[in-house]
Amino acid sequence: MDLLRNISWRATRVWRRNIDVFLVTLPIEGLPTILEPILYLLAFGMGLGSLIGTLHYQGRVVDYLHFLAPGTVAVSILFWSYLEMTYASYIRMYYQKTFDAILATPLLVEDVILGEMLFAATKSLLAATVMLGVISAFGLVSWPTGLLVLPIAVLGGFFFAGVGLTITSMVTNISHFTVPMSLFVLPMFTFGGTFFPLDVLPTWAQPIAWCLPLTHVSLLVRSATLGMPHPMIPYSIAYLAIGAVVFGILALHRMKRRLVP
Amino acid sequence: MMSRESRSNEVAIVARDLVKSYGETEAVRGVSFQVGAGEVVGFLGPNGAGKTTTVRMVSCFLPPSSGSAEVFGIDVRTRPREVKAMLGICPQEDNLDPDFDVLKNLLVYARYFDIPPDVAKKRALELLDAVSLGDRLKSKVDALSGGMKRRLILARALVNEPRVLILDEPTTGLDPQARHSIWTRIRALRDTGVTVLLTTHYMEEATQLCDRVILVDHGKILLDGAPTELIAQEIGHTVIEAWNHTPEFTAAARALPGRLEEIGDRLFFYPEDGEGAERFFDERFPDQERQIRRATLEDVFLKRTGRALRN
Repeated sequence: MDLLRNISWRATRVWRRNIDVFLVTLPIEGLPTILEPILYLLAFGMGLGSLIGTLHYQGRVVDYLHFLAPGTVAVSILFWSYLEMTYASYIRMYYQKTFDAILATPLLVEDVILGEMLFAATKSLLAATVMLGVISAFGLVSWPTGLLVLPIAVLGGFFFAGVGLTITSMVTNISHFTVPMSLFVLPMFTFGGTFFPLDVLPTWAQPIAWCLPLTHVSLLVRSATLGMPHPMIPYSIAYLAIGAVVFGILALHRMKRRLVP
Repeated sequence: MMSRESRSNEVAIVARDLVKSYGETEAVRGVSFQVGAGEVVGFLGPNGAGKTTTVRMVSCFLPPSSGSAEVFGIDVRTRPREVKAMLGICPQEDNLDPDFDVLKNLLVYARYFDIPPDVAKKRALELLDAVSLGDRLKSKVDALSGGMKRRLILARALVNEPRVLILDEPTTGLDPQARHSIWTRIRALRDTGVTVLLTTHYMEEATQLCDRVILVDHGKILLDGAPTELIAQEIGHTVIEAWNHTPEFTAAARALPGRLEEIGDRLFFYPEDGEGAERFFDERFPDQERQIRRATLEDVFLKRTGRALRN
C-alpha cells in the first residue's frame, strides 16, 4: 500500500523524544493521571461496593470490587493514550511546532505519526502496569492471567492513539477537543462496561454499548484479571486490532494533508 | 570582486519549473534556478511573493504541484530522507523544544540524523561555543532572548554538518547586535564552503551576505544576479532624493537624462550621469533640500515590485 511505503524504524526517534520529555515532566503530570483511577476505585468500590456487594457476571457471582477494578484499568488505558494524542499532540504540532522541527530532518510524517502512536501505547502500558500493581495490592487480580493485561494495554493504547490522532488532524483550535470529549469519550467512560455489566442496560442500548471501543478493552482486561474466558474475546481483539490499523492509517493520511499540504 | 561560483563547478541545487498551487491559487508559478556549490543565494520578495514556498519545496517540506528539484543530484520528491540528511534548516518560526534545555535540544535533534551520542555531544558543545551559548547549556529555551533562540536554531541546523544551509528570514525581529552576530556566523560558514540559500526582505542583509539574489514576486522570478550587477543594470549608480521641491526643480530634473519618480512628497531621480546632475543642481538649485546617495538593492526591489503595500 502506497500510504505505508515510508514506514520505518526511524519512528522510534520520535518515540524516544517523547519519552525524554515524559521523564522530565513525569513528577508533575504523572501523579493526577495515576491518582484519578485509584480515586474511582476507592469511591465507587468502597461506596457503591458496600451497597451492591456482589453481582452476576457471565453466570458467576462476582464481588463488585473485583468487577470494578479492571474497569478502572481500562479507563487508564483509554485516558493515557487518548489525552496524549489529542491535547498533548496538538500542543506539539500547533504551538511548539515540534513536528515541523522533526520534518526538517531525515524523518517523514510517517515516522512522526507512528512514533506518536508508539508513545501513546507505551503510556497505556505504563498506566496499566501501575494500575495492575495497585489493584493487585487490594487482592483483585488473579494470576497469571492478570499478566495478559499488559498486551491488552498496548493494543488498546494503539487503538485510542489512532482515534485521538485522527481527531487531532481535524481540529483547528484546541478548545474543539471538548466536542469529542463529551460526545465520545465521556459516554464511553460511563457506558463502556467499566462500572456495571452491559446486561443491566435496556435491550435497545446494549448494541450501542457493544460498539464502544472501551467496552472491548474492559471486557479483555476483566477476563484477564478475573481469570474468566469470555466468548467475545476474539471479536474484541479483532475490533481493536482492525480499528487501530484503520484509524492509524486515517490519521496518517489526514496528517500528511495537514503537515505537508 | 570575484564571483564565488567560479571556484567550483559543482551544482548544489537545481529547480526546474517549480509550481505550487493550493486549489485555485498558485503560490509559485514556474520557478527555475540553480545554486552552485559554495554559493550564497538570497531569495528576495515582498510578503506572499512565494519565496518561502519555493524554499520549502526545495527542502522537502512541501511537495511541488509540478516541476522538479534536486539537491546535489538527488531528487527531492523521491528521496527526501537523503536530501534532508544534507540540509541544515533554520525555519522562520521558533520551533525549539521548550521541554528541553539548550544542550538537550541539540542532542535530541542529532538523534534524528542518526549521529552517535558521543559525536553529537562533542559537536553540540563546539557549536554552542561558536554561537556564544556555551555558558547556557542548562538553560531552558523559554529563558533565552530572541537573539539567543535564533543562534540556538542556527547551531541546531549545523549539528548534522549540512552541505546546504537553508535560512528562512534568519534575522527577522532581531536587534542590530543579534543580527550582526548571525551575519558573522553565516559569513564564517560560507568561508568553509557551505552552500547557503536564504530568504529575506531586508535588502541590507541580501547585500551583506549574498553572492547572488533572486528577486521573486507573484510566484515568478523577476531578476537573478549579483547584487552589484542588478543595481547597475536596473538603477545605475546614483539616486538623488529631493523633498519640499518646486515645480521648476521637477521640470529641470525631468529634462536631464535619467528616470524620475514622484512618491508622496518625495522626488526620486535616477540620473544617467550622477556627478553631472549633482553639479547642475548645485548651480541651479543650491537651496533645494536633497540628498545624493548610491543606488541600493532596495531601489531595485521597489522599482521591480512596486510600492503598493502587501498583506
